[in-house]
Amino acid sequence: MSLTQENLARAKELIALYPEPRSALIPLCHLVQEQDGWLRPDAMEEVAALVGVTPAEVRGTATFYDMLHTESVGTYAISVCTNIACLLDGAAELLEHAEGTLGIGVGGTTADGAITLEEAECLADCDRTPCVQVNHRYVGAQSLESFDQLVADLRAGRRADTIPNHGTLVRVRRTVGLKADPAQIAAERAAMAAAQADRVAAKAPVGGSSS
Amino acid sequence: MAITEVPHIVTARRGYEDSHTLERYLATGGYEGLRKALTMTPEAVASEVDTASLLGRGGAGFPAGRKWSMLRKDPLTYLVINGDESEPATFKDHLLIESDPHQLIEGVLIAAYALQVTRAFIYVRGEFALGLERVQQALNDAYDHGAVGADIFASGFSIDVVVHPGAGAYICGEETALLESLEGKRGFPRIKPPFFPAAIGLYGQPTVVNNVETMSNLPWIILNGGAAFAALGAGRSTGTRLFALSGRVRNPGAYELEMVKTTFRDLIYAPVLGGGIRGSNQLKAFIPGGVSAPWFGPDQVDLPLGQDEVGDAGSMLGSGSIVVMDSADCVVRAAWRITKFFARESCGQCTPCREGSGWLERVLYRIEHGTGREEDLDLLLDVSDNISPGLQWPPQQTTICVLGPSIPSSIHSAIEMFRDEFLLHIKEGACPHA
Repeated sequence: MSLTQENLARAKELIALYPEPRSALIPLCHLVQEQDGWLRPDAMEEVAALVGVTPAEVRGTATFYDMLHTESVGTYAISVCTNIACLLDGAAELLEHAEGTLGIGVGGTTADGAITLEEAECLADCDRTPCVQVNHRYVGAQSLESFDQLVADLRAGRRADTIPNHGTLVRVRRTVGLKADPAQIAAERAAMAAAQADRVAAKAPVGGSSS
Repeated sequence: MAITEVPHIVTARRGYEDSHTLERYLATGGYEGLRKALTMTPEAVASEVDTASLLGRGGAGFPAGRKWSMLRKDPLTYLVINGDESEPATFKDHLLIESDPHQLIEGVLIAAYALQVTRAFIYVRGEFALGLERVQQALNDAYDHGAVGADIFASGFSIDVVVHPGAGAYICGEETALLESLEGKRGFPRIKPPFFPAAIGLYGQPTVVNNVETMSNLPWIILNGGAAFAALGAGRSTGTRLFALSGRVRNPGAYELEMVKTTFRDLIYAPVLGGGIRGSNQLKAFIPGGVSAPWFGPDQVDLPLGQDEVGDAGSMLGSGSIVVMDSADCVVRAAWRITKFFARESCGQCTPCREGSGWLERVLYRIEHGTGREEDLDLLLDVSDNISPGLQWPPQQTTICVLGPSIPSSIHSAIEMFRDEFLLHIKEGACPHA
């Protein structure tokens, strides 16, 4: 098992928030990434077992989403937006500069494992362009110079207090919500199925079949 | 009424550093709308929203009250909030989620009470790391305050709310894709019919899906009455709207403005708003409602910010995000980048969208980079026509969802408005703006 005892307990809390365990699949992937940085194959198997689907279904879902990594990434993922508002304000030049100074292409990770560079689609912060996120924390509009400083700060650990690990909802516990009781959910589902059967019966032609 | 004298319905707490905290929220009238709603019948609450004539603020602009009335009666129904804001150049929900999460939660609770739904999910875009933390913390505090959970404010009404993080996929803003995603699957839009999740939604049960800004309007509407909301704006576009302005203006930002009574010119040029075009350049074109919308030129700058007014002029107010391009900007490059976005975000279910977006992106790329051919313009329009037959507005659809027919908008606009610029790229073998 790859999840720590504490994270396994958190995983079970997350599953209890939903009427169907599978709904916790993406939150659990975020939790795994908070712990490991990316989704190792054995972690995907563990998530699958926890929510009751096959490992292939976890991988199939994870590969659909930009934030879920099925290959290892650096400690910090830097996302440079190059969509329309940022494009008009020098984002393509910033991305080119980033590739040059980091010595990697988009999707690559620096040799020291510190930084992965990503070209992002619109990050919804279009009045501060060009927009950059680090591990999905906004770091404000970046010039070529401030970008280099940002990278130096990240490497020196000077941003660790404001930019936590991968993962989401890392610093706030999800202690409230549905706390679904499986028995209650099962009873509701049975009641719904019965109601549906009644509706079907009500619509069925009267008089039986010909035979 | 001067443009700055409009009531701040969704941005009332914007000046406070601690606008996201329960303390500030309660000190500024927070949860009073919910308390009032709980003294009314659910039908009366829904009726206020109907009177307000609140149009959904997500992009399609469907009346919220009508959406609610379509919810199929069933013992188990759900309310799902769409906070997956990803339409390029749209950043108003981001602001509302980060700066006033309690207002959003109060709106959700009012809607849940009106609909008599006891389970609500707030789906927040995964990239909003801070926003997710803010809304989860607000929810934790609201539970402690007795506003959420069992028997809220001793009213006898119980409601549970779950904050759900997305994981990065534009298509999950489409409401049926969002439900798939919330069920733990790939974000594939569902085949229609049923056209509305109000019939078959989350886990196959009747579900109302509403946008963040739509919900954020509800506390004010209940406190001040639907009629007061409907008195703002004109025609079908009532109330205010939070417009996101970006691109080549001096003051990009999110501005809450009265619908219809304000024009694109006000938004772009008023000193208290956009402040005009940066530098000494001139307005070249602007996108009136997110990158799915056809473009407008300087001739349309006096159009009012109203849903039908923009619709009748051949585009859409969409997500309320305006991108300004000036005379130094290359429209081929802009259309290429927007198309690249759609090619990347197409979910891949439908051939016209999946293949067409990639073809269009590659043709635009070669024109921008100087290896285009003259027949490429016809090719672009032909491929576009295969995704959205007739290239009309509102568009025809050959795909499961509206992502497909959104692709040609910028291409068709750019060619119609700036054909000469495309030809110049081809003739000179290079981008004249590079």
